[in-house]
Parts: sequence; structure tokens; C-alpha cells
Amino acid sequence: MAKLQSLKEAVAENLHDGDTVAFEGFTQLIPHAAAHEVIRQGRKDLTLIRMTPDIIYDQLIGMGLAKKVIFSYAGNPGVGLLRRMRDAIENEWPRAIEAVEHSHAAMANAYEAGAAGLPCAIFRGYRGAGLKDVNPEIRSITCPFTGEELAAVPAHRPDVAFIHAQKASRRGDVLVEGIIGVQKEAVLASKRSVVTVEEIVEDFDDLHPNLCVLPHWTVTSVVHVPGGAHPSYTHSYYSRDNAAYLEWDIISADRDLFTAWMRENVLDAGPEVFASRVKGLQS
Amino acid sequence: MTNLSDFTPNEMMTIAAARALSNDDVCFVGIGAPSAACNVARLTHAPDITLIYESGTIGTAPNVLPLSIGDGELCETAVTTVSVPEMFRYWLQGGRISIGFLGAAQIDRFGNINTTVIGDYHKPKVRLPGGGGAPEIATSCGEVFITMKQAPRGMVEKIDFFTSFGHGEGGNHRERLGIKTKGPTLLITDLAVWKPDPETKEFTVVSMHRGLTRDRIQETCGWKVRFSDRLEETPPPTELELATLREFQARTEKAHGAKKGS
Repeated sequence: MAKLQSLKEAVAENLHDGDTVAFEGFTQLIPHAAAHEVIRQGRKDLTLIRMTPDIIYDQLIGMGLAKKVIFSYAGNPGVGLLRRMRDAIENEWPRAIEAVEHSHAAMANAYEAGAAGLPCAIFRGYRGAGLKDVNPEIRSITCPFTGEELAAVPAHRPDVAFIHAQKASRRGDVLVEGIIGVQKEAVLASKRSVVTVEEIVEDFDDLHPNLCVLPHWTVTSVVHVPGGAHPSYTHSYYSRDNAAYLEWDIISADRDLFTAWMRENVLDAGPEVFASRVKGLQS
Repeated sequence: MTNLSDFTPNEMMTIAAARALSNDDVCFVGIGAPSAACNVARLTHAPDITLIYESGTIGTAPNVLPLSIGDGELCETAVTTVSVPEMFRYWLQGGRISIGFLGAAQIDRFGNINTTVIGDYHKPKVRLPGGGGAPEIATSCGEVFITMKQAPRGMVEKIDFFTSFGHGEGGNHRERLGIKTKGPTLLITDLAVWKPDPETKEFTVVSMHRGLTRDRIQETCGWKVRFSDRLEETPPPTELELATLREFQARTEKAHGAKKGS
């Protein structure tokens, strides 16, 4: 049964030092508010999983919370490179991190295998690709029926998944719509999950029956954080803050500028600031 | 009025790439130049082309160019939007995509692409974003089109990392690895159109854009360039093509510049 609680409580109860954690959200619904709370609480030695690390992982890595990152595309979408993650990989600032790299197909399959309770994912992939020579977790398996050689990677089984969604009902059922990404799989693959939402409604009785709903008993915590995906967007609530993504390229280019920005906008702020950040982006 | 005499090399690249797409294609679209080209094709000669972005949006028809592969516009104009695991399993791996359209940071003469690192993988000089969907796009789509600007550091003798496999060492290398799709069949740059030699699979210049010389193409390429015996000149953009591209870009600039959060 999902608990409705504050973001501070949800992070404190569900995420511990040394955990493996997935923050998912594919271009929209990226759980920025949740990541900022994790940074405020200063969790250590996290293993971060995410298909496209983008700004939130740049922030978690830049603040020294991560020991390892498992990913498939490390870019600032539509802008360029992830400068804090690069600084950690290239110069070990603020600490060295281990990087385990996959393709998108492998990551998506690994979440799906985790959700399905399988130990590994099998797919037709990595043929001729260099990643299988540098990532020992990419192996192959022979189809017992056709003899075809296929790629195999371990299933993702995070301790915790964080996602952002449009709505939850009072009992904690969760609706996700628009570009649904890999969030359902990430939640079902994880031992615990925290879902931040734009609004909490009485029930889902008037909804289309096939909307992406995670039943309340698959979710650990639900937190009401309006604007919690900013600067990414929430379909039918507010659009993407493209200017913020461009600004991040400048902020993240310099260690001191980054540190000062994180103090002002994350460490000395709270989840309530997100509602004001999306004003002017609402349609 | 569109001025046809002063189109830029980038505009020529985008339009030449758009021309290669047809109404019947189902195209997996990369962000940047491929995205512009695919949408120019849709807005000119290929109105029924199916454009798919890896965010799960199928049959999308954006009015402005998306900044990322998952802009809201793509979902709002799509025929349907599926989850990312479904996109990669049923649609890409399932063999339903005819053309994969990729950009490249580094490419070699056989269409192998690197978007992962410059230098050694474990001690990189520059850590690039990585492959994303590209490793499987390169092997699961019926064929692959590549578009990039020519520069000696981009078009190299030897790439630093095999992010996605083109024709490997050339010849039948794909076949030897059990890959059944055609791989890169077209390379469109800001200076020329290239196609692989039917036997060796080395990319060969088949058409130079207007006003360019063989020397200019060689200067901007890190390997010794082969030119087709039947070298042609790329037809310059038509008024419709250029106007469509410029209007699309103007709409894009207006839309993306307008909104800002507080």
C-alpha cells in the first residue's frame, strides 16, 4: 500500500547509503525534485542507473553522491555534453566514479527483465559494437531452438526507483501519460519506489481504462510535488524549460559556478520551489 | 521570396538528405540534421512517410523541429506513443523500420561510427555522450543513412571506438557477423553525396554539391577519397525545398525561444 508522505520522509525512508537507484523519465517526467531532496540529504556511494543521465545525474555526480553510474546516453538533450559527469570520468572530480555503459536497447530490455522477474535480458543487439569489448556484463547466449547468437545483459534490480507522474489517487494508484518511457518497468523492477506527482485526486473512476496505471500496491511512497519535473516537462501540465537546459551548459562548465548554483538552488531550497519554477510554462 | 543563389552548405546537406527518403519509408530519426531532413521530406515530396523517434512516438508530424527526441510536440502529433522497451523490442528489433537515420562525431570510410570517446575508452581525452539507440539502429533497420559535416577530425582513417557498426573492415564483414540488414547505404555531407562501393563497401563520392572541387572534398576528409567514375553535381535546392526548410527553422526558432520558466 502506497504511503502519501512528504518528499523528505519518502527519501529518508526509502534510499540508503550504498543503494542502487534508478531515476527514470524519458525527456518528460524527469524526477528533478526527488533528486534534489536526495542531494540535500547527502546520500553516499550510490549506484545510479538511468538510460539518459542528463542534468539530474550531472548534479548527483557533481555533488559526489555516486560511486558508479550505469547508463546508455550521457548528454544534455538538445544541448551537448554532460560536463560534471565528464569531469568525474576524465579528472575524478569530485571523486572517481565507475561507468558501466550500455545501449538504449540493452537498458530498456534490462528494466523489462527486472520487472518480469528474470535474471537477464536477451535481445538481438551489440553486433559489431565496441561496448561489448569494454563492458564485461555484455555477454551472449545461443537460442536453443534456432542456434542464433543473441546478446544477454543482467536484469536491472534497483533497490529504489524514483519517477514523476501526472496524478495519483488518494490510495496511491499512479497515472503516467504522454511519452511513458521506461518508468513502469523501472518501478516494477525495483524493491521500493517513490513517485512524485503533479496532483492527487480522489479516484481514477473517470479515466480511460488503458492509461498507464501503476496500482497502489506496487508503489511504496507517493509525494505531491507540483512542478517536480522542472526543467523537463509534464505532458498536459507544463512544457519543457529549454532555456534552463541551455543555462545548465554554462553553469556546469565551471566547478565553482556549479557549487554556488547547487547551494543556492538545491541545498538552500526545498521541494516547494518547483511549483513557482513552472509558472510561465503552463499552457 | 526565397533567394536560391545563396543557400548554405548545411541547407544543401539537409535537402539532399530529404530527397533520399520516400513516402513508403518508415524512418527511425536521430536528433539534429537527420530530424530536419526527415521533416523536410515529409513537408515536400513524402507527406505519408512514417517518422519514429526513439522516445516511442510513432508516425509523428511536428510543426517545429524538436530539440530532443522526446519533445511534447512529437507525442502530440504522433499516431501512437509506446513505451521505450516496446519501441526497441517490437518496432526496431522486430524489423519494422526501413531506414535508420544517424549523425556521427567520427566516421571512417566504411561507415563505422563513433559517438562514444575520443582517445582511449578507459582514459578518454573527450568523453562524448555515447551510443544511445545507435548500436541497434545500425544493425536492425533495413538500411542506414548518415549525415554529417565534413572535417578532417570527423572523417578519419581510424575511429577511436566502434559505437555502431557500419561495414566493419569492408566487403562482407556484416554478413560474417550474422547481420542481415544492409547497413550504411548513403552518406550525405555538407559537400557531397557518398555511396558505398558495391564490392569493397568503401564510401565513394557520387555527387558533389554545386561549386565544390575534388580538392575541397579531400581537404576536409582524413582518408584518401575515392570518386565515382560517373561523378555528378547535386542538383541545387528547389525553391519549394529551400522555402520549406527555412520556414520550418523559423517556426522552430520562434517556438523554442518563446517560453521560459521563472
